[in-house]
Amino acid sequence: MLSKKQAKLFFLVGTFVTFAIFIGLTVFSLKQVQTNIPPDVAHGKHLWEKNNCMGCHTIMGEGAYYAPELTNVIERRGEDYVRGVLMSQSPWQPRGRKMVAYAMSESDANDMIAFFKWISNLDLNGFEKVDKKVSPLAKDNMKN
Amino acid sequence: MKYKTQKVAYWFWALSMLLWTIQLTYGFIMGFARVGMDGLHQWIPFNTAHTVHLNTLVVWLLAGFMGAAYYIIPEEAETELWKPKLAYLQLIALTVVGVAALTGYHFNIWEGRKFLEIPRELDWLVAIDVILFLVILLMTIIKGKKKSTTAWVLYGGLVGAALLYLPGMITFDSQVLDSFFRWWVVHLWVEGVWELIMGGILAFLLIKLTGVDREVIEKWLYVVIGLTFLSGILGTGHHYYYIGVNKIWLIVGGIFSSLEPLAFLAMTLWALNMYRKGEKKHPNTVAIYWTLGAAIVSFLGAGLLGLAHTLPQTNLYTHGTLVTAMHGHLAFWGAYASIVLAIMFYALPNLTGRKLYTHARGKAAFWLTNIGIFTMVSAFAAAGVAQVYLERILGYDFGDVQNEIQVHFWVLIIGATILSTGAIILIIDFIKYGLPTDEALEQ
Repeated sequence: MLSKKQAKLFFLVGTFVTFAIFIGLTVFSLKQVQTNIPPDVAHGKHLWEKNNCMGCHTIMGEGAYYAPELTNVIERRGEDYVRGVLMSQSPWQPRGRKMVAYAMSESDANDMIAFFKWISNLDLNGFEKVDKKVSPLAKDNMKN
Repeated sequence: MKYKTQKVAYWFWALSMLLWTIQLTYGFIMGFARVGMDGLHQWIPFNTAHTVHLNTLVVWLLAGFMGAAYYIIPEEAETELWKPKLAYLQLIALTVVGVAALTGYHFNIWEGRKFLEIPRELDWLVAIDVILFLVILLMTIIKGKKKSTTAWVLYGGLVGAALLYLPGMITFDSQVLDSFFRWWVVHLWVEGVWELIMGGILAFLLIKLTGVDREVIEKWLYVVIGLTFLSGILGTGHHYYYIGVNKIWLIVGGIFSSLEPLAFLAMTLWALNMYRKGEKKHPNTVAIYWTLGAAIVSFLGAGLLGLAHTLPQTNLYTHGTLVTAMHGHLAFWGAYASIVLAIMFYALPNLTGRKLYTHARGKAAFWLTNIGIFTMVSAFAAAGVAQVYLERILGYDFGDVQNEIQVHFWVLIIGATILSTGAIILIIDFIKYGLPTDEALEQ
């Protein structure tokens, strides 16, 4: 029968080993992540956070599920449409759901677009294609 | 109660109840917005409501954990709390930070990172507040007569939560890195160190409520938290599937996050077995309901509903949909809200000297809140599965799909109404207990 000492050892060793592997995998993964971010993309990300866009939308699947996924928004809607929404002086209201009128300057809107384009060029292990019509039974088609 | 300074806990729980009320209110604002009734949009747009809803949740649970620690640690260490006045100061500081953050959210003062929206300046105040909290507890343990496993596990979980807050304070230009380290906080909290806190509170409650030997309960506590870290740390990988990092996380995250339900299953079996083994049947049946409820519902919400969409092959379709909201609601409720309510309703009669657990209110609140949350989760499940099929498989536009699934949000609102009715009864019960008093001190 397991003793308290053995249970404690199981906890300590298990935690240490998995944490060590986790750190190792983190270092390994982050070596492959782009860190020199263009200034317009970095500013776009700043605007994304400043306006809490994630409080309604999702990007890379992360956010609030109230408004559309924006990973591929430029490909889906085009730059002009996105710029128009971001620069709009009056609240945007697609299908009844209201979006705050951010009335961005053209420069800020362009930086947001640069941020969206940067995101859409990432290799998201298949998620970048998920808003296209695909069948789970034909996953290989997603690569095409 | 055994020590006068345990009274501090009451005020942290009072703050929890206040924040819970705000959380529910803002949840309704979001629910009604989803069915097209968003008359408050001009003042409280969805992103404000969402941020308040999430942050009040996090802070009411943290305040609940702090209250639990201030109640449990003196009793486990067999001594009065070290410098209780500092504990009240810490509560005031936490409240001030909370009020400032919540007010700021209504004026677009936030970081816009889900769960970590508190502005950076306030982050530092949170850090100072938490350091003060941890020092008070550590000094209490050090000066105490006894060093129990339960106290150390609870304290370890709280220290871990404090340390893991730090990666969330690093600024990145890359959304990939931002997301990567945001999950160090959020995932390693809720699927890591918070489970230690939950385990510590659960162990304390099982010792008190069942009368089973402490050595037996604490032995299984080690097994439960061992399984938690064994699966949960590398299980972080399930958040790294689609954020632009290496494919290795698809395998690592898939395997280890699939094992995460084992920790919750172990917790459920542990609690039920200890209850069955216990010869002493504690009269506080409301506390027993919440304790066993936490152990069972956490397995269903965090364990099974998490497992349902954690494999990358499934998650590719469910990621970023209402399926995640389904899992999130029952997980937070079962694991963390329920354990805070369990320790609170165990402690209230001891702090106030009023044994109101025989009143029907306590059990009515338990059943109504649980029926309410299960109704909500069913609505999220129906809406989420329909969304995945219509949007991700058939390729319909997001907005069209949201209109199609709108009926489920009415069910969500009905569920939230049932839950809130239970919550109101629960808070009435809390108020009826009255203030803690020295007269309740056990001789």
